[in-house]
Amino acid sequence: MASKPNVGVVIVSHSSKVAEGTADMVRQMVGDAVPLAAVGGNPDGGLGTHMTLVLAALQKAWSEAGVVILVDLGGAETNSEMAIEMMAPERRDRIVICNAPLVEGAVMAATESSGGSPLEVVRHAAEELMAGR
Amino acid sequence: MPEARASAELTNRVGLHARPSVKLTQIAKRFSARIEIATSLDGPWTDAKSPVKIMRIKAVRGEILHVKAFGADAASAVAAVVDLVQRNFDEE
Repeated sequence: MASKPNVGVVIVSHSSKVAEGTADMVRQMVGDAVPLAAVGGNPDGGLGTHMTLVLAALQKAWSEAGVVILVDLGGAETNSEMAIEMMAPERRDRIVICNAPLVEGAVMAATESSGGSPLEVVRHAAEELMAGR
Repeated sequence: MPEARASAELTNRVGLHARPSVKLTQIAKRFSARIEIATSLDGPWTDAKSPVKIMRIKAVRGEILHVKAFGADAASAVAAVVDLVQRNFDEE
């Protein structure tokens, strides 16, 4: 099982505090078996999201098994989509943005990933949160 | 197909809260067997490998968790889940 990489999780928030706090929850609840990166705020330290920061996070959490992205508000999704476009073509197909709440989705996705599940199953675990309500 | 069943009382303080649910599903995923959890033998039975579904059980301290598994490693899967519950999820 150790030979198979786990799906990476990227957290994109408008706030660095939200991003860091969410990553803390993931690490404490799930552990360190999942490649994880969290970004929030713009390069000036204010609220916002920035494509290049998301791109760096995608590269940090990159896994051959793929990466799921959890976003908060609109711009986070737009900048994530642009960052995906900047990734190498053979990697783009293995990066998905989840339609899920940021904090709970990140924890659920990481939990699923830590068990070695493939990309689509990890995505489903995060999105299942919305489906059941 | 091998089948195994066991039960254990939830004795940890918070019950099947978020973190215990995550631990339970992580243990469950180590086995190939289908593993299901219920708080009543009549069900509903919940997939022990789904953290979202396990959290929705909202089982509290004092409730009995029933575990059943189907598959080649069913016996060890049930034993591992019951052991985790009896260890209070290693949290206390």
